[in-house]
Amino acid sequence: MIFVAVGTQLPFDRLVRSIDEWAASTPGRDVFAQIANGAYTPQHIEWARNILPTEFQARLEGCHLLVAHAGIGSILSALELGKPVIVLPRQALLGEHRNDHQLATAKRFGERGMVHVAQDETDLCRLLDQFETPVSEMKISSEASPELIRNLRQFISQATCNKRGA
Amino acid sequence: MSERPAKILAVASGGGHWVQLQRLRQAFVGHQVTFVTVGPCDTSVVAPAPVKLISDANARTPFQMMGLLLHMAWIVLRVRPDVVITTGAAPGYWAIRFGRWCGAKTVFIDSIANAGQLSLSGRLAVGRADVTLTQWPDLARDSGPCFWGSVV
Repeated sequence: MIFVAVGTQLPFDRLVRSIDEWAASTPGRDVFAQIANGAYTPQHIEWARNILPTEFQARLEGCHLLVAHAGIGSILSALELGKPVIVLPRQALLGEHRNDHQLATAKRFGERGMVHVAQDETDLCRLLDQFETPVSEMKISSEASPELIRNLRQFISQATCNKRGA
Repeated sequence: MSERPAKILAVASGGGHWVQLQRLRQAFVGHQVTFVTVGPCDTSVVAPAPVKLISDANARTPFQMMGLLLHMAWIVLRVRPDVVITTGAAPGYWAIRFGRWCGAKTVFIDSIANAGQLSLSGRLAVGRADVTLTQWPDLARDSGPCFWGSVV
């Protein structure tokens, strides 16, 4: 199953329409899309506007590929399960977000080889065609970097210490 | 160094902010944590730690922001945390402000999504939180934010 997620906050018709049209041209695809309050409703794939966090997690566990906006929640949740991710970043110019931080997110995670970045709709279809067969991908741990954990533990411990001494 | 468990208030908006906060849980082991986030949310992922649900707000929703501010003040007064840790955004900013007034040590961790520049709440947190962190080394400055590592 291909799981498509646009996040809960904003519609992302460009992504949803692209996937729907791709699915129409390659029948037999098992695709489920979470589309938020998008104006475009898919004709060729299963969809829902929003799903509960537990269903989101279940869909993610059951999919072989996540196609999403470049939202951190979607990306990290998929990587923790070792699922490959294709992102299409939202663009402020197209009214898809308040600013272009998703372009920066996509670029940085793409450079690390953690996600596949679709530059546009055509590129997205090209990437989708490449994922005809399930592939194993990077899996990240469910923890932050040891450096960050260590620094925060130290901060917490000092805070408690100082308070006691005060 | 004291071994007394700290009372930690761990705050995040929904979506990516919440996912990032969960990735810090190893830092909270041995301490008494109260989570605060925006519903709907699967609270079982942090059980048995208590989770308080709030309504989110942002710069374009002033009335909701006022409600959020009051709700967060109430939560901070009830929990009386030693430490406030947040991964943003607006709820975390207010938790930092009220937390500090109540004597807590505070850390604002800007989302890893902000790879190009600090978020609005992150920029506001600099100088107001005890420590403001960016997750991208090239965004760190001597005057803040600092880089202490990332959630990935």
